[in-house]
Amino acid sequence: MEQLQDKQRLDRDFAELYRAHLRDVYSYAYYRIGNHHDAEDLTEQTFLQAYRHFERAQRESNGRPLRPWLIRIAHNLAANYYRDRSRRPITQLEDAAILSAPHATEDMVEGREEVKEVLAGVSKLPDDRREALIMRFALDMDNREIARAMGRSEGATKVLIHRAIKQLEEGLSDD
Amino acid sequence: MTDAERVERLLRMALTPVEPPEALSDRLERGLSELTDAAVEELSEWELSTMRDPRNWARPAAAVVVGGLAAGGLVLVRARQQQRKRQASGLKALERSVREVAGDLEKRLRR
Repeated sequence: MEQLQDKQRLDRDFAELYRAHLRDVYSYAYYRIGNHHDAEDLTEQTFLQAYRHFERAQRESNGRPLRPWLIRIAHNLAANYYRDRSRRPITQLEDAAILSAPHATEDMVEGREEVKEVLAGVSKLPDDRREALIMRFALDMDNREIARAMGRSEGATKVLIHRAIKQLEEGLSDD
Repeated sequence: MTDAERVERLLRMALTPVEPPEALSDRLERGLSELTDAAVEELSEWELSTMRDPRNWARPAAAVVVGGLAAGGLVLVRARQQQRKRQASGLKALERSVREVAGDLEKRLRR
């Protein structure tokens, strides 16, 4: 009886995790990989893997949010994706970002070129810097969450993000 | 506004969250459900073939734990899926995923 209740609770928790973070995982995958087709595969693999290890992850999380764990799975799978296929992202990020952005003012239209430049800059960053920015800006994760997802300290994560922004800033001023 | 703030503002505009396609949700929920079904089916077949032998009576208990976890994981997710029409064909990636997980489960059950 107790086992059944535990399982039901686990079911509810996993379904909640799935609903709460499907968009996060997909956004991460899309910006990491750069195309919708592979982003879908990566998202799918992430949740299947999460499903298999959910009970243990939940047990070991001590009540902490599981989003970093989920994103870490996606991160590892993305790394395998590149290793297996020797690929770099073929970035068409502007399709998603600009088309999905709910802005239509003239200011925003004028800013499109700048946004495109930033996206191009993001795609040229080293993997770890790019990932940190995706987590921060697309997923709105804080330093602690990003640190857990990337397996780094909070301090190192803060430095990583700072350097990524600095690099982008320098790239934009060169253009 | 400093240059860093300007870059951050542009990043917020550029890296907007991307909504997953509806088809992905269907495919994912189907994949997880098939995984559940595979686990249950595997468990049932195995139980039928082994329960006659008392030496195996301890093993189904472990299998129930494994199968039970797989079977229950998506009850709530499936409720949504059942509202939709099932598509006839699965995609290769999905099939591969389900096969891998089912294979893994099979190995554990046969230990």
